[in-house]
Amino acid sequence: MPTTIPLDWYLMLSAVLFVTGVIGVITRRNAIIIFMSLELMLNAVNLTMVSFSAYNGNIGGQMFVFFIMAVAAAEAAVGLAIVLALFRNKQTVYVDEVNLMKW
Amino acid sequence: MGIDLFGSLPLVVIWLALGGVGIVIQAFVRDNTRLVFGYYISTLIATGVLAALTFGHTGLTFDGMVTMGGSGAFFDILFCVTGILTMLAARPYLQREDSEIDEFYTLLVSAVSGMMLMAHANNLVVLFVGVELMSISFYVMAGFFRKSIRSIEAALKYFLLGAFATGFLVYGMALVYGSTNALDYATITSVVRAGTTPFPMLLAAGVTLMAVGLCFKIAAFPFHQWAPDVYQGSPTVVSAFMSTAGKAAAFSAFIPAFTMLMPVGAGASYVMNMQLALAVIAAVTMLVGNISAVAQSNVKRMLAFSSVAHAGYLLMGIVSGTAAGHQAIVFYLTAYTFMQLGAFVIVSILERENDGHLEFSDYAGLSKTHPVLAFLMAMFMFSLAGIPPFAGFFGKYMLFIAAIDSGFTWLTIIAVVSSVISVYFYLGLVVKMYFSDPVGEGHATNPGTAALTLGVAAAFTVLLGVLPSVLQSMFTAFH
Repeated sequence: MPTTIPLDWYLMLSAVLFVTGVIGVITRRNAIIIFMSLELMLNAVNLTMVSFSAYNGNIGGQMFVFFIMAVAAAEAAVGLAIVLALFRNKQTVYVDEVNLMKW
Repeated sequence: MGIDLFGSLPLVVIWLALGGVGIVIQAFVRDNTRLVFGYYISTLIATGVLAALTFGHTGLTFDGMVTMGGSGAFFDILFCVTGILTMLAARPYLQREDSEIDEFYTLLVSAVSGMMLMAHANNLVVLFVGVELMSISFYVMAGFFRKSIRSIEAALKYFLLGAFATGFLVYGMALVYGSTNALDYATITSVVRAGTTPFPMLLAAGVTLMAVGLCFKIAAFPFHQWAPDVYQGSPTVVSAFMSTAGKAAAFSAFIPAFTMLMPVGAGASYVMNMQLALAVIAAVTMLVGNISAVAQSNVKRMLAFSSVAHAGYLLMGIVSGTAAGHQAIVFYLTAYTFMQLGAFVIVSILERENDGHLEFSDYAGLSKTHPVLAFLMAMFMFSLAGIPPFAGFFGKYMLFIAAIDSGFTWLTIIAVVSSVISVYFYLGLVVKMYFSDPVGEGHATNPGTAALTLGVAAAFTVLLGVLPSVLQSMFTAFH
């Protein structure tokens, strides 16, 4: 254990960040803000991974974090392109105005 | 352990063909749709043949991160065949919709490579990368008609809910990693079986979150809400590919992941609860899928709910947790892939621009205007409903037996009841096609290469129904 801060604190912080992200995705209607909440969820996972990695002395979790960051970047690229295509078609980024089909 | 060159060939070939050569062709050759189409068809054929050659060559490669041969190779073949059939059906469809862009084929092959990674995963990292490679390709393919608001809406919904589910999946992986101190399946299994984790609560939470993430990918209740909208709004050939190969890939990852997390005779106490929870999810999924499908008037949406219901049947095999249950899943997935693909491809042939000709009423009297298409559609509907002698019957039969053998008789009774409900709407379409008079003249259709897809799908639907032993004999190589 490299620091004096116990593992629980890191886990609680990342759980709070994750839940904040979940609440953001569920309650917000602006697609861009939903993206930000999704990124928050993934970063909470990163924090969990690194703290377990340091606590258990297992390097695998830190390696996993690089993959999560790469995937988050790819998702952001595709997601923003989809929002752009939506805006060109409908001049809106609010997901509750996108309801041709039933949700 | 290192790298076993021969056994890794299917994965290596598809990656090099995609990232090494395919990108260069797209970057430097203009007006290259035909070239790219042919190139990726041959890539998928080569990958499928290599997977067939490595079928008996089981073991681990890439330092134990990836499995070789066995069920992984079987799923490779299934994904490659589905990919080829989808490409053959997609070309005339995209040309008709005036949006044949060669990136479509690149994305499709990239999705196939992600699926292969999922089927071969022996490590949580590989599973995660495979799931995302497939899903991100799907997000783009769902929105491929970028001028159509429906297609964009489908892509947006799929992306937002898919990324949300990814968050749950990967958080579950983080908790499983933390509580077992391992990422590879074998070590996690041994920790779960011995019950030696220092954080049993975190392990149970991690398994639950991973189940949520995977249930989203297979569109099981209560995470199925995206499926009807996405399958209705996406280009029809994309819906065909997502609902067949995508579901097969999710199950190919689900089976080893849950063999790992819920091993037979495990010390951890969550295993029994998890099995019961999955059984309830399976039961509700098939009831909700089939009952909602009854209420639909759009054929694409009906097929989407039918795909939700089939996820419920397939989950029965996971619930049983036995080798027989897993083999039943593989058999039913293969059968389901061909019949669902065939049904969607017929819809794509009959479809007209601006989402025309997709309602049940448009199919009235199809047997008089398009006798061959109507006959094939009727065959796929019979097979989806599970009526012998078609492939769907034997798949369901094997799943039901597996569930009964592991003590889930109540689940099988619910499955039978929901199958009976499903007969109503599958046969409803057949009755509409054969016993109603056509409205208007009916329009000319030009299936092109999609005819080949239909032929192969129909042949397998009949073959697997008449001679199920052809496929069953391959399963002995799995374990």
